[in-house]
Amino acid sequence: MSLLEVSDLHVWFDVPQGHEVHPVQGVSFALDPGDRFGLVGESGCGKTTTILAMMGLLPPNASVSGEVRVDGQNILAGGEDSARGYRWKDIAMVFQGAMNALNPVKTVGWQIAEPMAFHGIAQGAAARRRAGELLEMVGIPAAGAERYPHEFSGGMRQRASIAMALACQPRILLADEPTTALDVMVQAQILDLLTRLSHELGLALVLVTHDLPVVAQTCGRAAVMYAGEIAECGPMETLFHQPRHPYTRLLFAATPDLYGAGEVVSIGGAPPRLDEPVTGCPFRPRCDVVLDRCAEEHPALRLVGPGHEAACHHAERAGAS
Amino acid sequence: MTLPIQDPALAAEGLGVPPRRHGFLRSVLRERKAAVIGLAIIVFFILLSVIAPYISPYSATAQTCPVYAPPSSRHWLGCDDGGIDMLSELMQGGRISLVVGFAATFVAMVIGGGVGILSGYFGRWIDTGLMRVTDYLLVIPDLVFAVVIADLWGPSLFHVIIVIGILEWTSTARIIRAQVMSLKERAYVKRAQAIGSSPARVITRHILPQVGPLLMANTVLTIALVIYLETALAFLGLEDPTVTTWGTILEHAFERTAISSGAWWAIVPDGFVIAIVIVGCFLLGQAIEDALNPRLKVAHLSVRRWRIRPLAGRGPGAI
Amino acid sequence: MTGSHGVPLLEVENLTTRYPVRRGLTDRATRQPRLWVRAVDGVSFTLARGEMLALVGESGCGKTTTAQTILGMVAPASGTVRLNGTDIAGLPERQMRPLRRQLQMIYQDPYESLDPRFRVETTVGEPMLVHGIGGSQAERRELIVAALERAGLSPAEAFLARYPHELSGGQRQRVAIAASLVLGPDLLLADEPVSMLDVSVRAGVLTLLDRLRRDGRMGILMITHDLSTAAHFADRIAVMYLGRIVEHGPARQVVRHPQHPYTKALLSVVPARDPRVRSAPQLLTGETPNPVDVPTGCRFHPRCPIAVERCSALDPALRVVSSASHEVACLLA
Repeated sequence: MSLLEVSDLHVWFDVPQGHEVHPVQGVSFALDPGDRFGLVGESGCGKTTTILAMMGLLPPNASVSGEVRVDGQNILAGGEDSARGYRWKDIAMVFQGAMNALNPVKTVGWQIAEPMAFHGIAQGAAARRRAGELLEMVGIPAAGAERYPHEFSGGMRQRASIAMALACQPRILLADEPTTALDVMVQAQILDLLTRLSHELGLALVLVTHDLPVVAQTCGRAAVMYAGEIAECGPMETLFHQPRHPYTRLLFAATPDLYGAGEVVSIGGAPPRLDEPVTGCPFRPRCDVVLDRCAEEHPALRLVGPGHEAACHHAERAGAS
Repeated sequence: MTLPIQDPALAAEGLGVPPRRHGFLRSVLRERKAAVIGLAIIVFFILLSVIAPYISPYSATAQTCPVYAPPSSRHWLGCDDGGIDMLSELMQGGRISLVVGFAATFVAMVIGGGVGILSGYFGRWIDTGLMRVTDYLLVIPDLVFAVVIADLWGPSLFHVIIVIGILEWTSTARIIRAQVMSLKERAYVKRAQAIGSSPARVITRHILPQVGPLLMANTVLTIALVIYLETALAFLGLEDPTVTTWGTILEHAFERTAISSGAWWAIVPDGFVIAIVIVGCFLLGQAIEDALNPRLKVAHLSVRRWRIRPLAGRGPGAI
Repeated sequence: MTGSHGVPLLEVENLTTRYPVRRGLTDRATRQPRLWVRAVDGVSFTLARGEMLALVGESGCGKTTTAQTILGMVAPASGTVRLNGTDIAGLPERQMRPLRRQLQMIYQDPYESLDPRFRVETTVGEPMLVHGIGGSQAERRELIVAALERAGLSPAEAFLARYPHELSGGQRQRVAIAASLVLGPDLLLADEPVSMLDVSVRAGVLTLLDRLRRDGRMGILMITHDLSTAAHFADRIAVMYLGRIVEHGPARQVVRHPQHPYTKALLSVVPARDPRVRSAPQLLTGETPNPVDVPTGCRFHPRCPIAVERCSALDPALRVVSSASHEVACLLA
């Protein structure tokens, strides 16, 4: 039994005028302690909504189906009430732009201690001491607990946000674009920190980002999302060297490399609207290896290699190992 | 034309599509009942004022019934101290009150909008100078100042319009200035400057249309304030008593012992009508202001929560 | 490198731009010395027609301020900016206005750089109205269509009546490029032109810029923090740190044979897209210091892994190393 198991997760949003948007369309993956898993995709693919759903942090106009099992228990079974018990204690999140989401009128130490008090883990002086320890763990001197967010640089604020997420000793950490707004040097420091934490604390890390090289260097496995679904999922090396979904291949080809001499491509067209059901494969309009089947039959996520799945008719045709 | 939805969560909250110039008022009316009610009230009274001379049952100046005659089938709202039909008087008074309201508001908005835009766009010493003037006027208590001016210049409708116009532009100026200062930083304004557009061009083409809705909201809210102020000034006897406005009607009633005579019909309908118009302006103005600030949505405080659906029933995935 | 007329398109010499740090009343009363944010602290480079120079660096290095100064939106404290031979540094707006036809800027945020109330036709036509080009409406329309086609929006007629919110990020950026092209500029400043676009559309816009400078003989100054993009599309790279250029040379050269310790460190932390390539990231300690507090001597020495004593005393200038066009500002290079 894995530490974290997401099964067939779907999310819908009710939109004014009676319509519905379907941003997450059947996402499944599993993690063990110490795993670093990347959830990669471009804007609108549903990766952020997926992890928000895993935390149960959805707006009132959302509805969810599927399961998110932590140690076998489905945390979404009872809706918000059940999710709340696991939130921050077992599964915690570092939000996009977290460095700007810190409360400006409270000290950093207070903000780290707050969830501890709320979940009954530590109070008062004990909580403050633990906040100091957490800051040290993320590379900020413990004295920084007395400081306010505006006194920290962007990178330090991001570290503080990570410390805050670790306040209740979760076993699963979801990081939403943790380094997107940071300089490349600071980015390297933060990624190094996350890797170290996952080693030392046995944290299962889900790294959500659009930046392929970041995932390539930080994660062992990844899932590439497109139009709310997982297009391909597998070990990082396999995704780069033997991609089976055209989107994965094209996405890597569209990412320039420092020393690579090959041409950088762009993928024409745009992702499909998420408020209308799609017949056939959602990537078909932009795909370069389209088959006739792709227009009628929606490709399911199937095994194409050891621990490697792809949702593509072409991949199946090429034959699984 | 399909709209690319970048972020479904944003699209779901209606933030994906920015308001367009012509459709803005229409979209506000479509979404908020309060706005419709408010606009209906205002339009009703405007229409009433326009057709008043044609439909008022009696003259609004000549005596047509006994003094303080109670409401009857012939005089629906009774008569006032001069034997003038109340209903006709109210309709006639409405014309003047609304004219004063709109005229004074117009003066205030032109000054306020102008000062706000100049101050916000040019900044530095223009901003400092104009804002000090604004601060000075902002601090003066409206009513007291109006009383003093009306006393000095003599009671007249024109003076009332000018006085109110001079006083009411200040808060608008500050609000518009704040918005212009933030608009100035937006990339498309900087681009317009980088192309070589003159300040006049940048302001009229890029800033004014964005400021328009806010100015609209402010205008409507100011009308309410102005009508109130006009009533107050008239009530204090600072308006020309020969002119019939809603305020002078009240003033006459109080001066001439309507209360002790028990003639509630000389006071209550008038007050009621003033209150209704002010409420109408507030409903419309607030609705427009709220529409301009989509972040006022308080989704996280809502009692509703996200829901669970039964399993979607797609075939079991690869896992 | 000079153009066909013997005069380089853009010549920046010792450019300095600084912002005063606002002092409160107590500071003024106690006569505290005025502090300056030395955003651009002595930058020099040239750009020829048909060339793309990438100005690379982290936030706070001064690359955006350099572009703003060249564009004339900010007045420099000293130095010259010569566009086609004319010094435009600190020129009053009235004299600058007609010269704005020669240089245009593309902004980072495609969602903000177009007025949401203007149709595409209006946005692209606006510069012509400002400068009085294109006599009749029909003539202007032709020029607008030509600019849109050149920017890769085809068929152009289909885009004329659209509003920005009906377009994708990549399309909006192309509209912005078309609006810049319509004046026929010689120099294009691109401030992070693709950093807010999806990865799959970036190459399209960058290739467009690449094509424009080759075919149109325009010069492009690209501001970016993304070294991989710079390495791929630019002819030359200038690496900035705390307001100065610390290394400057042909793109390939700088990336494969970096000479400055900062460049080396920066390149080492750029993640490779191949998971098998395990880079050895050289993490510098701390973060870039505030441009108010520029270290004495070499401004990089507090964080430099190979700094020696004289680095804290001497401020190195750019000097040539290896090939003729590769310069480094380091005492130990």
